[in-house]
Amino acid sequence: MNAAPNSGLMAESVKDAAVAALLAAVLGFFFFALRTDIGTGGLDLTYRWGLWFIAIAIVFGVRLLLNLFIFKAKKPITSGVSVSVPPALTTAVGRVIGPVLLMIALTLPFIVMAVYPERDRQFIDLAILIMTYVMLGWGLNIVVGLAGLLDLGYVAFYAVGAYSFALLAQYFDIGFWMALPLAGLLAAMWGIILGYPVLRLRGDYLAIVTLAFGEIIRVVLLNWYEFTGGPDGISGIPKPSFFGLDFSRTGGFADFFGLDYDSIHRFIYLYYIILVLALITNFVTLRLRKLPIGRAWEALREDEIACRSLGINTTNTKLTAFSIGAMFGGFAGSFFATRQGFISPESFTFLESAIILAIVVLGGLGSQIGVVIASVVMIGGIEILRNLGFLKEIFGPDFEPTQYRMLIFGLAMVLIMVWKPRGIISSRNPSAVYKERKKIGSDMVAQGEGH
Amino acid sequence: METAMKTPPAHTWDDNAVLSVEHLTMRFGGLVAVNDLSFNVGRGDITALIGPNGAGKTTVFNCVTGFYKPTEGRIVMRHGTGLQSEKIEALTRTGRQFNDDGDDRVFLLERMPDFEISKRAKVARTFQNIRLFGGMTALENLLVAQHNPLMLASSMTIGGILNLPSYRKARAEAIDFAAYWLEKTGLIHRADDPAADLPYGDQRRLEIARAMCTRPQLLCLDEPAAGLNPRESTELNQLLQYIRKDHGTSILLIEHDMGVVMEISDHVVVLDYGEKISDGDPDHVKNDPKVISAYLGVDEDEVAEVEEALDMPVIHGKTDPAENGEGGRS
Repeated sequence: MNAAPNSGLMAESVKDAAVAALLAAVLGFFFFALRTDIGTGGLDLTYRWGLWFIAIAIVFGVRLLLNLFIFKAKKPITSGVSVSVPPALTTAVGRVIGPVLLMIALTLPFIVMAVYPERDRQFIDLAILIMTYVMLGWGLNIVVGLAGLLDLGYVAFYAVGAYSFALLAQYFDIGFWMALPLAGLLAAMWGIILGYPVLRLRGDYLAIVTLAFGEIIRVVLLNWYEFTGGPDGISGIPKPSFFGLDFSRTGGFADFFGLDYDSIHRFIYLYYIILVLALITNFVTLRLRKLPIGRAWEALREDEIACRSLGINTTNTKLTAFSIGAMFGGFAGSFFATRQGFISPESFTFLESAIILAIVVLGGLGSQIGVVIASVVMIGGIEILRNLGFLKEIFGPDFEPTQYRMLIFGLAMVLIMVWKPRGIISSRNPSAVYKERKKIGSDMVAQGEGH
Repeated sequence: METAMKTPPAHTWDDNAVLSVEHLTMRFGGLVAVNDLSFNVGRGDITALIGPNGAGKTTVFNCVTGFYKPTEGRIVMRHGTGLQSEKIEALTRTGRQFNDDGDDRVFLLERMPDFEISKRAKVARTFQNIRLFGGMTALENLLVAQHNPLMLASSMTIGGILNLPSYRKARAEAIDFAAYWLEKTGLIHRADDPAADLPYGDQRRLEIARAMCTRPQLLCLDEPAAGLNPRESTELNQLLQYIRKDHGTSILLIEHDMGVVMEISDHVVVLDYGEKISDGDPDHVKNDPKVISAYLGVDEDEVAEVEEALDMPVIHGKTDPAENGEGGRS
């Protein structure tokens, strides 16, 4: 009885594994079997047949085992492994995670100073970086997550904010706190200017045009040498003051409060600035979501034609989403400028836009907590991968973990998207409740244009 | 022209029209979808626009609600009673979209963008393929429909961010109004469920409730009974009667279900190949040989439907379908 299906399974599995091994052989031929080194008068070719055969054998063996026990097996051995979390637990976690994260964020510099006194500067700096991305993610979430307009050029507004402050400081000697609202306004204005032509576009076209705008801003900054300094960038951007007190060695913050001078003070101060800016972004976004304008954004994401049939001016609605998102990008940009003290167009490449968008998508479109988790995982993850000394113990002293940083990172992103295709937090919270608040599953929620 | 001469002119829809479509023509490239169409929708009436598939009914709807710009013609929406002819002629000459005197305003819909037609002229519509905001709850769907008044109440968002009492009051009223329509459409127990989760019949009613939340003077329904079972169809009839009676909203509907059309309409306009072939009360229309031949000339299912609804058992024997098909097209 059992013999026939088993032999069929075996034959099928071997056949499938052989096909995979063949593919590995073809693909791996140039990578494993041949190796070129720079030699005298050309390239030296060496053959590494052993390595090639080992690679093929590994592919064949692993594929065969997977076929036998998981892919084609009647009872996959992984069937018992699937984790089921009781819904009561997830809602409880969902309720406490926000306040817990907020408490951690508020006390983070002191926790870090107490736990890692010798590396506190580095960790607070990392926290500042993560917090900047949280803020950018929240800003972009308005455009992509709520209004459903895929914006691949968000970094343009980050750049506008950073350059606004840098140029205002350079030409008019304006300090950080004066420049911050101006930078936000200028970025919002650019949001409207860039938003206007793309209003009629849908889907892929919208994505491509926003991508192009992001690049246009960068290229203009790069080439307008007389005004922006071009590739040399702008240096000597002033640091923010604390109610007129500088964080200098004498006569500043430390003297005024009778503290010993420590450069950590400035890092802590910068951390709290970006924390407050990010929390304002979050507060405004959460508020807007419950207001008619925020509901109109979400309705726009769901169905633009129905919106128009209900008397909603979709042009204005899209422009407000673009400009408010851009404004928060501008705030984050001028913070970036003051933190770095130096900016150049190098910092505003498409990769930045992609990272911010990845944070929003991984976190779950429209989810505020998701953005926080995704920023910590992505930005923190990249940094942690720089410091994986212990891997040297395993793979030998020649192993350099930073070389595999992007590989591990990419793999992690693929895994998250396989595990949670709509992001880490994918359910939607209704903006108004009649009797009972129910989460809305991600399969119901539309993604909007360009996804 | 023929029908106009036969019927007495004393139709209420000609004296007190809420909407007048005048010489409407819509061309898509070389295709004439609607050709020189004129009809009136009476205030407080339920007017049905019927016709075989591809007759141009939805095109007329899209012109009335601003989703298409008509190639030629005028579409007048009146908020005040009477025909107000001089006012309309004067407005037409000015090039403006509507006149600004108090409650008795008239609107030239062909000049207005789609969202303004809903916002100012108070014409709401539903869609043939339901267009709800699937990821939002039933309640949220109805709140989106009250966007414009709520936007004003939140003083363009600023008052809303500060959570001023005036906004909180307006918001509570909006939720009450939404709850009222959910109650009326029998959906109140699903208020907090996403719209995409509702059964098909409920989605149809939710779309009507959403349109009513814009407080329209004219409600345009594109095949509201499509896909409904007989019981749901009856409920829909009651709902439409209620809307007309208690809210004074005039209704213009496209419908294939002759049972619904004949039962609830006060006035039926029949289109075929983009032209009006009959216009009158249901009795007049169902006895109009042009209507019968138009349906015969198209497809058998619809013929059967018409026969059933009109109680006309022997049509096949009396007329030659091919000839009448020609008649319908001319």
